[in-house]
Amino acid sequence: MGILHAKDIASYLENQRNKETLRFITCGSVDDGKSTLIGRLLFESKCIFDDQLQALESDSRRYGTQGEKMDLALLVDGLQAEREQGITIDVAYRFFATDRRRYIVADTPGHEQYTRNMATGASTADLAVILIDARKGVLTQTRRHSRIVALMGIRHVLLAVNKMDLVDFDQATFDRIVADYREFAAGFEFSAIQAIPLSGLDGDNVLLHSARMPWYDGPTLMEYLDTVDIGSGAAARQGAFRMPVQWVNRPNLDFRGFCGRIAEGELRPGDTVRVLPSGVQTRIKAILAGFDEVPHAQSGDSVTVTLADEVDASRGDVLVASDNPPEVADQFEAKLLWMAEHSMSPGRQYLLKLACSEVTATITEIKHREDVNTGARLAAKVLGLNEIATVNLSTSAPLVFEPYGVNRRMGGFILIDKLTFETVGAGMIEFALRRASNIHWQALELNKAARAAQKHQSARCVWFTGLSGSGKSTIANLLEKRLHAAGKHTYLLDGDNVRHGLNRDLGFTEADRVENIRRVAEVAKLMVDAGLIVLVSFISPFRNERRMARDMFAEGEFVEVFVDTPLDECERRDVKGLYAKARSGNLKNFTGIDSPYEAPENPEVHLRTAGQAPETGMDQLFDALD
Amino acid sequence: MNALEAESIEIIREAVATARNPVMMYSIGKDSSVMLHLARKAFYPAPPPFPLLHIDTGWKFRAMYAHRDRMVAESGMKLITHVNPEGLAAGVGPFSHGSNYHTDVMKTQALKQALDAHGFDMVFGGARRDEEKSRAKERVFSFRAPGHRWDPKAQRPELWSLYNTRIKPDETIRAFPISNWTELDIWQYIHAEGIPIVPLYLAAERPVVQRGGQWIMVDDERFPFAEGEQAVIRRVRFRTLGCWPLTAAIESDADTLEAVIAETFNARSSERQGRLIDSDVPGSMEKKKQEGYF
Repeated sequence: MGILHAKDIASYLENQRNKETLRFITCGSVDDGKSTLIGRLLFESKCIFDDQLQALESDSRRYGTQGEKMDLALLVDGLQAEREQGITIDVAYRFFATDRRRYIVADTPGHEQYTRNMATGASTADLAVILIDARKGVLTQTRRHSRIVALMGIRHVLLAVNKMDLVDFDQATFDRIVADYREFAAGFEFSAIQAIPLSGLDGDNVLLHSARMPWYDGPTLMEYLDTVDIGSGAAARQGAFRMPVQWVNRPNLDFRGFCGRIAEGELRPGDTVRVLPSGVQTRIKAILAGFDEVPHAQSGDSVTVTLADEVDASRGDVLVASDNPPEVADQFEAKLLWMAEHSMSPGRQYLLKLACSEVTATITEIKHREDVNTGARLAAKVLGLNEIATVNLSTSAPLVFEPYGVNRRMGGFILIDKLTFETVGAGMIEFALRRASNIHWQALELNKAARAAQKHQSARCVWFTGLSGSGKSTIANLLEKRLHAAGKHTYLLDGDNVRHGLNRDLGFTEADRVENIRRVAEVAKLMVDAGLIVLVSFISPFRNERRMARDMFAEGEFVEVFVDTPLDECERRDVKGLYAKARSGNLKNFTGIDSPYEAPENPEVHLRTAGQAPETGMDQLFDALD
Repeated sequence: MNALEAESIEIIREAVATARNPVMMYSIGKDSSVMLHLARKAFYPAPPPFPLLHIDTGWKFRAMYAHRDRMVAESGMKLITHVNPEGLAAGVGPFSHGSNYHTDVMKTQALKQALDAHGFDMVFGGARRDEEKSRAKERVFSFRAPGHRWDPKAQRPELWSLYNTRIKPDETIRAFPISNWTELDIWQYIHAEGIPIVPLYLAAERPVVQRGGQWIMVDDERFPFAEGEQAVIRRVRFRTLGCWPLTAAIESDADTLEAVIAETFNARSSERQGRLIDSDVPGSMEKKKQEGYF
């Protein structure tokens, strides 16, 4: 880019306004020269300032790996810890511009333990630059990077065969690598693969054609980026109109605007739209873009619309073209990337966020896991950090969606842990398993309250949690007798007994424990619905599952009782001899020994049993229930 | 330009829709001006449903205070101004206490005091990823542990435009709606939208003193002249604005927005060069952020 004069500013600004932004991700590890290549792009497009260059020179002397040469990689390795370790451990976003386009580069690490970071960077990218070291060719990591890129819906790949200076700029080497890659990538839905031989270190074929590779007559890296037709904008505009309602703007009684970013399609005043999931139909009265009313808006615009009728719509609803609405469903098949250290077990509940909707979701089944290096399908009971699987999931409320392949904004979702609020998973909906509209709850005349009233009681679920041998069952038994004597209708669900029947197929792994609790909670729920006072006596060591159980019941219906007996006391009692067995290594996954017990934070009743007769605890509980 | 604006408006609405008690940091500079303008567009015809917060060190340029009062009146928004009372009582200033101590007490500590006092859980800031290396990795929604600590390892992955804004009591989020803007984008947008800015961004003859190779403007009578030192008049402007003793001017003839854009385009040094607080030790911005600085 040349020098700009103030007098040329008008035409410059006009040109700027029409400039497209291209977002791309660079995949490769430090050894492939990824950071060096991005540093080279920034440097060559004059996006490095003098003071940054000065800092770079001093950093190069301190941390550099290029001897006397400036280490361009240091321009992009942001956090100090990374600079010192010489690795990239996060996603960094870089900006540069040419006369044709603005660029946002997601720079992500390439090692397998950073799969989630790469997926994050790829989620917003239109194109991927996949680096290959010319000396090494297509490696396992190249396959992994390509698989993640394809999974995240990127259709354009630029294969950058780097370090050509180290193979004497040999054409045969380049051709062989490209042929290998094309053969491997044939199974992916890439619409274009452009291969370019280059040297990031010296700049060959980055901006200018390399005199050292006269045999290559394709575009340079920069030429390709400047001219590649991504076409995503046009496709999104051609789709049917969809706009998730993000915010309802109601400054006074006369104005009610629905704000959101258009996910797909176009919009004009007068268009007929539907509000989903309710299905109510109305027309667009006006479209506001900022301070101005506009005659037209399209995919990607943030707007506020007013509607012709007073219809009920709130955040999470979706305005859609009335003649071409998307599906609404509550059971899906989806691809899922697990992003948390703690593994995912089917049955556990998470918050799911898709566009502006937030619902509770459960993975009902892991259909198969995918080996990220080879693509092989593997059986799996749980999903660990950075693992990718095809799963079935069900949501607590119907979702308005599009398959991810059709629209990223309407088909991509994240999972959030209900307790820590960490983002634990990223998913892409493939299709709905059945339409939500096909599910009808049998409308029942008699309800829980009526059944409980007949028994002169309030239906309850009293949930006892505590270590093995803490006295849960003893106290629960005493309480049941006392309630029975008082004329109440009760039922006791005991861990050991249920495991002999309903849960006979379950073991003691974390995944099985989750399922164990889920089934018992569901049974308890049905019994509460029948108007009973249900006593559940289960170790139930994990907060998440107790929370899941709690969420199944109405406010005030669930009474968590923490039977708090110190581990050494339980172990001293060892009624069933289980602690001795666990200590000797003959019993795996025993709570308190080699499997954790997460004590309740806010139980309704906290019974400290040390030095106390079980009857005292029961009395305390009976009073609390009244 | 349109896509940048649409993305920022989406971020601002998302933050407000999911927060309990949001606030927008208003530093009066060009980035703040753009952010405020975007917020007004996001909620028009309503005024933005949150107050502005200005952490006043007592050492801002006089022209900044004038501009602040004008913009508050124009936007119809509530302004909360906070000065660290202990710092004020102790007379903390950049000349007497040094830039590091001044910034820590009057900005970082003052900010924490204000956020705690009002219980804000969502705080808009005008930081951009192109400003500095450690900011290139900053999230759009940056998660802060109790005590406002920024732990680079505890940040949440941000996929697509799906932001996880869930927090527990005492945790807070800093939201950066203009993360993906560059300095040049900011100027072009100010030009295209006619956004009012502090006149100090445009070149004019101003009294300055050269210190450590940088031009420092004499904005009020508190400038401690050395023996024999006196102000000279130079044609200067500012690329960023902060506390006047800590913000260096550049010599420039760019006295119109068009000229500023041309100069920014042709610039050979980054805007933070004029910030005296960034360059003391390697990774200094990263350290300040971990302590709670914006």
